[in-house]
Amino acid sequence: MAHEKVAGLTRRARYEAQQRRRSLIIAATSTVIVLAAIIIFVPMAPGWAKVQQSFFNGDVLARSFPKLLEAFTVNMMIFAWSAPAIAILGLLIALARDARSPALFPLRIFGAAFTDIFRGVPVILTVYLIGFGIPGLGLPRPWNSPYIWGSLALILTYSAYVAEIFRSGIDSVHHSQRSAALSLGLSERQVMRDVVLPQAIRNVVPSQMNMLIALQKDVSLLSFIGPVEIFRQAGVFKSLLANFTPYVGAAIIFLIVTIPATRYADYLMARQMRDRS
Amino acid sequence: MLDSSDARNYPLRKWVQQKVLDMSKTLSLAAISVALMTTTAFAGGHCAAGKTLTEGTLTIATGNPAYYPWVLDDAPESGEGFEAAVAFALATEMGFAAEDVLWVRSSFDEAIQPGAKNFDINIQQYSITPERDQVVDFSAPYYTAPMAVLVSANAVDTAPTIEALRALKWGAVGSTTAVPKLAAIIQPNDDPLLYGDNADVNAAMTANQIDAALFDLPTALFLSAVMIEGSKVIGQFAPDASDNPDQFGMLMEEGNPLKACVDEALAAMKESGELAAIEAKWLQDTTGVPLIE
Amino acid sequence: MAKLELREVVKRFGNTTVCNGINLDVAEGQMVCLIGASGAGKSTLLRCINLLEPIDDGEIFLDGEDIAEPGLNPQGVRARIGMVFQSFNLFPHMTALENAMLAPRRVHGKARVDLQPDIEALFERFGLADRMGNYPDQLSGGQQQRVAIVRALAMRPEVMLFDEITSALDPQLVGEVLDVLLMLKKQGMTMVLATHEMGFAREAADKVCFLKDGRIVEEGAPDQLFGTPKHPETQAFLARALK
Repeated sequence: MAHEKVAGLTRRARYEAQQRRRSLIIAATSTVIVLAAIIIFVPMAPGWAKVQQSFFNGDVLARSFPKLLEAFTVNMMIFAWSAPAIAILGLLIALARDARSPALFPLRIFGAAFTDIFRGVPVILTVYLIGFGIPGLGLPRPWNSPYIWGSLALILTYSAYVAEIFRSGIDSVHHSQRSAALSLGLSERQVMRDVVLPQAIRNVVPSQMNMLIALQKDVSLLSFIGPVEIFRQAGVFKSLLANFTPYVGAAIIFLIVTIPATRYADYLMARQMRDRS
Repeated sequence: MLDSSDARNYPLRKWVQQKVLDMSKTLSLAAISVALMTTTAFAGGHCAAGKTLTEGTLTIATGNPAYYPWVLDDAPESGEGFEAAVAFALATEMGFAAEDVLWVRSSFDEAIQPGAKNFDINIQQYSITPERDQVVDFSAPYYTAPMAVLVSANAVDTAPTIEALRALKWGAVGSTTAVPKLAAIIQPNDDPLLYGDNADVNAAMTANQIDAALFDLPTALFLSAVMIEGSKVIGQFAPDASDNPDQFGMLMEEGNPLKACVDEALAAMKESGELAAIEAKWLQDTTGVPLIE
Repeated sequence: MAKLELREVVKRFGNTTVCNGINLDVAEGQMVCLIGASGAGKSTLLRCINLLEPIDDGEIFLDGEDIAEPGLNPQGVRARIGMVFQSFNLFPHMTALENAMLAPRRVHGKARVDLQPDIEALFERFGLADRMGNYPDQLSGGQQQRVAIVRALAMRPEVMLFDEITSALDPQLVGEVLDVLLMLKKQGMTMVLATHEMGFAREAADKVCFLKDGRIVEEGAPDQLFGTPKHPETQAFLARALK
């Protein structure tokens, strides 16, 4: 006798629906248990009251949050002018490192030295050296502003990383694409500009997104040379209120920006994997 | 019942201390000094007994590094410098020998984080504020610090008036009470730049990124004399210029029973003039710096 | 004078000699098929003609001019010689139409609007009119290869080189691409093909060359070479290939 179909479902479909229901229940149950453990057991720790008072203090958060948000606009500003500069400089460095013409040999050397140095030095050191050092040479105001030179330190450091990512993107374009473009009579330059780079840039968008997220956080390093961005503002509150909650507030603001960006980068990455397979 | 060897019996000990204090309050003025002399004479070790991290040792924290004129040559063990000298005098007052004082280092963050501390008392120019007092305990103040204006070589001719100061480009150390004072008293035209420590303020001044910075007077005098070439302290604010004058207190863990002993010892040092003598010895005469109205 | 003449062409990769003194004449409007086992040097020879690989010795004449002269700018030559590859190599970030327009725009400096009618006509002629707006990954293998041919033709080349252009295709798609070659032959295009399609070579070629170890072992009219091969190597290869 044929198996009867319930609600038009095949035997297989019914089995899979049941399996789906089961895994859903298991996932929900385990999530609830873990959350409950955190919510119930952590506050039972002997030092919880003090930790809560110091790190998760509602009053302090409410008091500091508006000013933290205001300070975050400084981060956004520095980010907004640094990111495009990093993209452009990174691309130029990548191209310089791949230059073939002998006349451009110095450029290649420069590109290699640049990436070696700025990837090798901690960002904070570069920020100090350039942020205090170059203005110290005697530049007049406003050209000695820590905003300018601190941003430059970020731009140089991040360009070095971004350039390497662009290079890997350029390498990832199959050489047959070059052959095809050359066979049509295009010059090396045109091949790079019209055929290789558009593909290379598209290939590295997810990795570059991750660099943007890292940059967004590293903008805070400029606080060491004066600008009162969110990290410094949180530090001022911490000192005045003897409470670490402002840092938690700053972290929340960062997360509001970086979590969607991170999810988006992951989505792009996943889509790229799918396209390649 | 009141066996003093029962060192862990805090409530009882507190009760006894309280009694002693209460009693001394009720004594006549003439008797106070006698009472204090006698309590400190034997109670030094007595009062602190069982209340320190290590029995018989007083663990004192200072900054890393510790700056002149608070501590000379970053070596508090020498007892040289205002805070180092105060610390040793305090220890003596509390009945500890010099060799029973153990120095450790701590940052501001370590001092205020929740949990056990690695020091009995922490002395590094902590300004007493009500907010901080909720999280940690402060001793009675051992110094009242006037705020002073340090200007770079380019701005030494600035008149010591609020009007003129407002036009300057300001800096300060972000973790100090100079930040709110700056905003409250001077209200600069441009947003001030804030730094992690004195050395960075120095660098910013050298790079001509700021004209002026607000410090406590002794620090300002030290920086202008030793660290920042051409800079000058052009004025000070009277300590009571703002609603809450900057008073330095020693920091202790919230609820530390040692606080009573420290306050008692400090009171004795003030009474005897010892504190003033230490201040006169280590902190420059500040009367030469004009007051800013 | 032949349209394309190869004289004693030698190409080495390190210690491996891939082309070992090749002589070949291709007359105007002729279709020449290169056959031989993989690694015989067919593809490399085509890449040498298009100057994608510099040759180590010998001469290559296009209309009597030596294009293998070291130091000569290869771009002008490549613009006159079209090439189609086994793996299509369409630019994935451009539509079919943009693929075909890129080189004329950049190399000849023509505007899109001026180019568009001619190139659309090309697409139409090869049955791709409704595919111009598609990206390569939206096209079948056969369609992609036909777009690649259109892309090369858009430069109005004098000679076309085809490097095993049906090898990567599903068998049912081979026909549509070979039909394009027949159309080109009818229009009088000068063509050199490296191919494994023996049936097509025998039917359509004007001349067939059998390559082995970087040399042309035997060449002749297709009926002669496939029907009565003289060289034992040719006989052995054909026996295997036609089995």
